[in-house]
Amino acid sequence: MNLVLAEQHDGILNRVSWEVISVAQQIDGPVKVLVAGQDVGSVAEELAQADVDEVIIIDDADLEPYTSDGHVQALAQAITSEKPEVVLFSHTYQARDFAPKLAARFDRALIADCIGAKSSNGTTVFVRPMFQGKFVADVVSEGSSPHFASFQIGVYRADEVKRVTTNVPIRTLNIKIDSTVIRQRPEPPFKEAKQAVDLTQAERIIAVGRGIKGEEHLALAQKLAKAFNAELAASRPICDAGWLPMDRQVGSSGQTVAPKLYLALGISGAIQHLIGMKGSHTIVAINKDADAPIFEVADYGIVGDLFEVVPELISALGNKVETR
Amino acid sequence: MKIAVCVKQVATRDWPLRVDDQEKWVRDSDASFEMNEPDAYALEEALRLKEKHDCEVVVCSAGPTRVSQVIREGLARGADRGIHVESDDLKTADTFVVANALADSIRTERFDLVLTGLQSEDQGFGQTGVVLAELLGMTHATIIMEVQVSGGQVRVKRELENGWFQWVSLPTPALLTIQSGINQLRYATLKGIMASKKKELRKISMTTLAQSRHRILNLYVPEKGKKLKLVKGTPPEAAKELIRVLREEARVF
Repeated sequence: MNLVLAEQHDGILNRVSWEVISVAQQIDGPVKVLVAGQDVGSVAEELAQADVDEVIIIDDADLEPYTSDGHVQALAQAITSEKPEVVLFSHTYQARDFAPKLAARFDRALIADCIGAKSSNGTTVFVRPMFQGKFVADVVSEGSSPHFASFQIGVYRADEVKRVTTNVPIRTLNIKIDSTVIRQRPEPPFKEAKQAVDLTQAERIIAVGRGIKGEEHLALAQKLAKAFNAELAASRPICDAGWLPMDRQVGSSGQTVAPKLYLALGISGAIQHLIGMKGSHTIVAINKDADAPIFEVADYGIVGDLFEVVPELISALGNKVETR
Repeated sequence: MKIAVCVKQVATRDWPLRVDDQEKWVRDSDASFEMNEPDAYALEEALRLKEKHDCEVVVCSAGPTRVSQVIREGLARGADRGIHVESDDLKTADTFVVANALADSIRTERFDLVLTGLQSEDQGFGQTGVVLAELLGMTHATIIMEVQVSGGQVRVKRELENGWFQWVSLPTPALLTIQSGINQLRYATLKGIMASKKKELRKISMTTLAQSRHRILNLYVPEKGKKLKLVKGTPPEAAKELIRVLREEARVF
């Protein structure tokens, strides 16, 4: 039996959980789904529309708000009682916070950020990117079950989940939480100052990565953006360095965009960035490195020096590059 | 307060890596190496805490002999001493093996805080820190953008998805995985490099390591997107052609 740990916040199901159910349905063995929290009955009802054996609820006031100590304690008991072969998660911020500890409690490591899973000779082989996406590895988890794997957001599709017409059974699992063991004290989440730029509304985006080499070269990218009538965006390292504000960041920790045109300048295509833009209609990549992972998602590519190509693009679009 | 920073040595970002003959790792015997950038942010955060509070910062790394290079780098940036958990077998080791090696080596030091980067740029599991917390029996928080210390507590700002954040308080001892962009990295000055030569760098030789929990069956280059159309020619030619296909084929403007 493979167990999907669904994620919810404030009684609302995180939609990425459907993607993980889709994975579980594609590997050998029956599937069960577990959701933990407080007052998660309606989340369980929603999950019970999936073609799985059953949905299991853990309902406890000590699980709200979320803490890694609370979740690890509760889910460890669930795994001991249910004895799954594989425990599957979506690779969300929350899973990254507690899943490795949960796995370590069972003397296992989490196989994280998988982009595939296949059954082979009675075992599950996980496929995951390595070396910033330059390579892919087939990995197996050593030792007996349980095994733990998290799946990259957006690789599997929620709409591929096999559903049923009558809800599957829902069962409550009673576990005991020792609240003295919960050491984290979280405060309510908050959003920082309103974003000045909503990149999700832009039809065309010019994005810069480390290849831009210096803050002084942003002007060139800005000219290109103006020539295309596009918004300027960046991968995380550019924002970390303070060259562009955080609200221009595209990626797993920034905005997720899907414009008509996404032109990536000097962006290698690390996974964290690709997650934020691979849904774009037309992706163009300009990069000196022919092996850069960005070319795997691009529709059009130029392998070349952006400092030579970009002025030519500006020129071809009819704006002259000003000489300094 | 005693702070440990665990850093990893990885092949430099731009090094052209190729899969090795067994197809289970990369050929890196002649690569150049550097400190994993996410860990550099963790080290910087520790050094900033040292500037504000009375702290000792100990930079630790697990790996083969060459790893002492990143520990020296950490000392040159301002750490007080270093610990090198040494074994050749740690070169390609998984999270579990590394975390166990680190835990066994630093447990008796009783650190108040252990900082690590979010994830490594080679394996990218993003979990060595959390596993280390479990092995050391410490509470932890991940993807941290700010750290405040007072008494036996830390109050940290977790980054959540979609621009949300959350402050969480934890008692020490605690482990934190640090998000990039939390601070601006400093680099070693000549003065720092000279001073580092006198700082203690303790080597702990690991003769037995924990059993691996992962096995890579094979490592390979992903299929190039079949849809990719490379636009060739000199920069002026490629530029003109790209504009043409974007207008006429893709119709993006």
